[in-house]
Amino acid sequence: MRAQFVASEVGSGLRRNLTMTLAVIITVAVSLTLFGVSLLVRAQVDTMKDFWYDKVEVSIFLCAKGSDTPSCAGGAVTPAQRDQIEADLESLRPLVQDIYYESQEEAFARFQEQFANSPIVDSVNESALPESFRVKLADPTQYDVVASAFSGRPGIEQVNDQRQVLDKFFRLLGGLQAIALIIAVVMLVVTVLLVVNTMRVAAFSRRRETGIMRLVGASNLYIQLPFLLEAAVSAGIGAILAVGGLILAKSVVIDQILAPSFQFTAFVGWDAVLGIAPILILVGIGLSGIAAFLTLRKYLRV
Amino acid sequence: MILFDTVTKLYPNQTRPALEDASLEIEKGEFVFLVGPSGSGKSTFLRLVLREERPTAGNVWVLGKDLSRLSNWKIPTLRREIGTVFQDFRLLPNKTVFENVAFALEVIGKPKAHIKKVVPEVLEVVGLEGKEERRPDELSGGEQQRVAIARAFVNRPKLLIADEPTGNLDPGTSVGIMKLLDRINRLGTTVVMSTHDAQIVDQMRRRVVELEHGHVVRDQSRGVYGYAR
Repeated sequence: MRAQFVASEVGSGLRRNLTMTLAVIITVAVSLTLFGVSLLVRAQVDTMKDFWYDKVEVSIFLCAKGSDTPSCAGGAVTPAQRDQIEADLESLRPLVQDIYYESQEEAFARFQEQFANSPIVDSVNESALPESFRVKLADPTQYDVVASAFSGRPGIEQVNDQRQVLDKFFRLLGGLQAIALIIAVVMLVVTVLLVVNTMRVAAFSRRRETGIMRLVGASNLYIQLPFLLEAAVSAGIGAILAVGGLILAKSVVIDQILAPSFQFTAFVGWDAVLGIAPILILVGIGLSGIAAFLTLRKYLRV
Repeated sequence: MILFDTVTKLYPNQTRPALEDASLEIEKGEFVFLVGPSGSGKSTFLRLVLREERPTAGNVWVLGKDLSRLSNWKIPTLRREIGTVFQDFRLLPNKTVFENVAFALEVIGKPKAHIKKVVPEVLEVVGLEGKEERRPDELSGGEQQRVAIARAFVNRPKLLIADEPTGNLDPGTSVGIMKLLDRINRLGTTVVMSTHDAQIVDQMRRRVVELEHGHVVRDQSRGVYGYAR
């Protein structure tokens, strides 16, 4: 195998077929960028889940004076009921990791803080706010165990899971990710079709050379390798552009636009980008290499 | 060298076979003319020798190998021992004479030093010394065919297949090409040449195999193109 000969064949092939080469590079770049973005969104969802699930808690609101749910028919929660609830929560360890009791005074203080600039503060007094247990679960997905044990019990107004609110948000992100993935897959299919056609044109435009190669006894590998490398090189360039797009997305969209405005949450780090980049390059080169190989088997038969 | 044992070749979607029950043996060192009208099966015969086609029935032996048992990846090795020349030369127009001949060696992975040594040698054999840097379109038809022969012969093949090599050339030039093929034959290479050129066949007085409708109808040593009818 003479590397120099193969390399010069690849170079002249790429130049001869410049428009098709550019088309392959662009479609590979666009499809892989979308593919990379969808992977990045998924990494983002995972990051946010890790970040938030650590912080979410189940809130068990106790009946206050004037609560109107059926379980509060007996008026405000009695000290006996409250002690019983706390004891039952303790018995749920180790599923229940932390229990924190928030009294009406504390609830009122927090409320005042949260709505400091709002006139609503003046219209609410301490007794209207429920006292509550804030429970942190070892496994946030086991929320149902707590909910079924406590909701509807006398003295308990409501059991709230913060996770459910977050899940709606995560589902939205998941939907966006799915859309990006679908577009990426469609674009990858387009890329494969384009590579197939490019290889057909390349094989046809060089049928004279390949015909002579066959006659003088060049091996299949020798005949096909320049074509395969051409497909791999153009796909590789496209993949590198896609990695560039991903780096741009991370450094501009995430680090400079999203992160400063949403400081309360975590964003994916560079490690996610570093993990996705080789996937993009492998998918790009692999897919176009396989498409080229299968096409050439048909058009460059011995 | 070549052995056809009751070979039949029927192309898909055709009713009449291109070759039918053809049996023929060609010995090492022979010079054989393959004659017959268009469509008589000459090209099919040559394509079967090169394993570009497989016979529908019968066996083809080339260079001691049973081609029906030859696996696909060994075909290149077979073809390296067979030189081929065609009516239309099949040169690469953007390469020089030297590069055209060198191409045949490059693509089978020969080292550069070897190429630099043997290409000038073979160009001298075919009488093209001094024209290494010309391109095919700067050469006459006869010279182009000499380049093609140089390319076919540069590997010193045991067998040379020539499919109407003088078909595009005027009679004077054809004589030169025939002298060259004769010289190559005398260097030890078996030559099988299909042709329509009665004058050449009659002059050379070599073995003549005539095909008609896919059958071998005549096999004569020191033969002529055709009987006077």
